[in-house]
Amino acid sequence: MRIIWTVLVASILTACAGTQSTDSQPPASVEDRGAKPGAGAQAAPIGSVDLTGRPVMATGAAALKDPNNILSKRSLFYDFDKYDVKDEYKPLVEAHAKYLRENGGTRMLIQGNTDERGSREYNIALGQRRAESVKRMLLLLGGREDQIEAVSLGEEKPRATATGEEAWALNRRSDMLYPGEY
Amino acid sequence: MRRLLAALLLSLAAWPALAQLSIEITGAGAQRIPVAIAPFAGEAALPPGVTAIVRADLERSGLFRALELPRLVPQPSEASTVNYAEWKSRLADALVLGSIAVRADGRFEVRFRLYDVVKQAPIGGVAYTVPREQLRATAHRIADYVYEKLTGEKGVFSTRIAYVVKRGARFELQVADADGANEQAMLVSNEPILSPAWSPNGKRIAYVSFQNKKPIVYVQDIEVPKQNVVANFKGSNSAPAWAPDGSKLAVALSRDGNSQLYLINPDGSNLRRLTSSAGIDTEPRFSPDGQWIYFTSDRGGSPQIYRMPASGSGEAQRVTFEGSYNVSPRISPDGRSLAFIMRNGGKFQAALLDLNTRQVQVLTDSELDESPSFAPNGRQILLATVIGGRGVLSAVSSDGRVTQRLTLSAGDVREPAWGPLTH
Repeated sequence: MRIIWTVLVASILTACAGTQSTDSQPPASVEDRGAKPGAGAQAAPIGSVDLTGRPVMATGAAALKDPNNILSKRSLFYDFDKYDVKDEYKPLVEAHAKYLRENGGTRMLIQGNTDERGSREYNIALGQRRAESVKRMLLLLGGREDQIEAVSLGEEKPRATATGEEAWALNRRSDMLYPGEY
Repeated sequence: MRRLLAALLLSLAAWPALAQLSIEITGAGAQRIPVAIAPFAGEAALPPGVTAIVRADLERSGLFRALELPRLVPQPSEASTVNYAEWKSRLADALVLGSIAVRADGRFEVRFRLYDVVKQAPIGGVAYTVPREQLRATAHRIADYVYEKLTGEKGVFSTRIAYVVKRGARFELQVADADGANEQAMLVSNEPILSPAWSPNGKRIAYVSFQNKKPIVYVQDIEVPKQNVVANFKGSNSAPAWAPDGSKLAVALSRDGNSQLYLINPDGSNLRRLTSSAGIDTEPRFSPDGQWIYFTSDRGGSPQIYRMPASGSGEAQRVTFEGSYNVSPRISPDGRSLAFIMRNGGKFQAALLDLNTRQVQVLTDSELDESPSFAPNGRQILLATVIGGRGVLSAVSSDGRVTQRLTLSAGDVREPAWGPLTH
């Protein structure tokens, strides 16, 4: 399911890229793109915190939107009740750390999410821990503390609203978002 | 009557409280006290149906069976002479007779008397003079009186509950009577609302709202629609729990990294850190005596329930051991048992841990239970669950035998919190 979803996102990203004329537009929300395909998915509005960074530099923004660039991928997925960054996402986190290093003026919001099972309050804490684990790795790889904020949406903003393991797997997720994307 | 109740309680105690055993819900308890509630004299001319509310309250508790009565001519009242043999032949153990009359000033005079049919003696009665809008509350008071006289425990029919309703993209924090009537919106938002918690005097509610795009803890007066920020720090601010004296709240904050426990005053002052663990600490709850804080932590590798001295000094002790996912601790009002949510196979079910015997009893057969909340007399546990894809509230008796589904209104209902006794 995860692989299928990734392919869908990639194809839609391609479609989006083809319709955008300039790089000066803020990048469309990754969440919106990912949310369109898939049964039961809805475009959940992105919560934000007071994290007012400068817009991503035009040259950087292009990389963020280029479906052939790893930087266009923003999501890390988890097993139930787990928050460790899986090995398969390490190249992704490394790429974004490099981007943060090379674009010192930009900022990132990491939103941690969980599936609907268990305690809402524990899921707030678990989502926070997921986001913090991504943040910690980005800091170790050269991102700056004042560039990155980690927040939790718990189980409150599911990308997939259906029930069952496919939807749950989509919702156990951290998203790395840049200004204009949340 | 007391002897009958003692027998009833004994039979409940004898119910095998086997660890990890799911008990099939059979509806009401096997032995319920049969009570006859005769329509009050003069009631037919009134709209709200006082005796119907008394009857519904007592039935809902699972401890009473309200008898079906034929039309009684002449209609008896609390002033009538009681023919005990007649009521005994109707198989009533207890009898409620009463009257309602409109006074010259427009207020209502409601009188009733409770009788022990087995002992053939009156137990007691009360007269109330109330405006029309308090007739419903008066009915709950009568049910409380009957409940307390016949069981020896406080009734909770006059209490209120709080819960969150999700209608489409809209979230509402609602307060209602324990029977779901008189719903009153505290907060309406397009962002999630979580974890309502009643202040010990029932006048205020603490809760978590995402209205500013992240979880922040607020306190609000029931009667005043004004939010007061309690905790708005970097990261997540969540899981408010009142100290029994109402002087402070325990909260879970991630301002220093992972979610940890803190104490804070209801006005947001005097923040102090309670836990310093490497893992997640959240869902704090004070024990009724205020000595302990129970909470959820994954410090041992999986989420389990722990407790620590509320003073903050002293080691945390692990409380749950069976299973790999035990969360949402709630201490019973008598401090003797702990309700929580456990992962049982692939299901998330409400369970009760006897803190003395260490036995665990699974209370439901549902898939996704959340947010248990004790009635203030400890007899029932209100929780959120999912039926047919929809969030509903369910009230299960603390012996697991009686389940009442609270269908309140359309939409998903969740995050219930049972308010305190206020009289």
